[in-house]
Amino acid sequence: MTDKTTIVVHSGDMDKIYSALIIANGSLSMGMEASLYFTFWGLERLIKGKLEKGALSRMHMFGLGKWMIRRRMRAANVASLEKLLQDFKELGGKIIACEMTMQIMGIHREDLRQDLIDEYGAVGAYIQEARESTITLFI
Amino acid sequence: MAYIKVDVRGETCPVPLVETRKALRKASPGDTVEVVGTHPASRKEIPMALKALGLKLVGIQEEEGVWKIKIGV
Repeated sequence: MTDKTTIVVHSGDMDKIYSALIIANGSLSMGMEASLYFTFWGLERLIKGKLEKGALSRMHMFGLGKWMIRRRMRAANVASLEKLLQDFKELGGKIIACEMTMQIMGIHREDLRQDLIDEYGAVGAYIQEARESTITLFI
Repeated sequence: MAYIKVDVRGETCPVPLVETRKALRKASPGDTVEVVGTHPASRKEIPMALKALGLKLVGIQEEEGVWKIKIGV
């Protein structure tokens, strides 16, 4: 067992991407390793220009809820998803993109932010990460 | 033997913790890292992180909601 956190990032909702990145960055900051496996709606957030485009998982209200939450987040000085992602990479975090999702959704490598992605894989890649992780989550 | 200052006053979760870790990664043995912040939870979690990382907490001070954590690398 390695002291590692592995998270399946299945949701593309803004608030859930925050949760995943905050937990992952917390893990790295506290001396653990961290891997994020982006699949389904989560993977859409790694398409160029789409990181901040997710809806709120609740009370989205055609964007009004998201607008309100974003305003409050700015007031509280919450970091942007872009900063969290850059910090994640700087601290040695690993990103895996799900190849099946790419196939289903017609996403090509050149559509994705390839500079952030360490590996393109399938369920086996997740299992290999998760079996040696002390924490594994599905978000 | 550098003295590195990290100012995270006004920053919220997880920034103080992450910026502390970033500074610690760049520091060399013998350096001192001083983190100044206002986020209450970070004052508790940074010492936890230091314990996990096997680093020395030199001291914590707090005055009017501003805390200062000194770390020996």
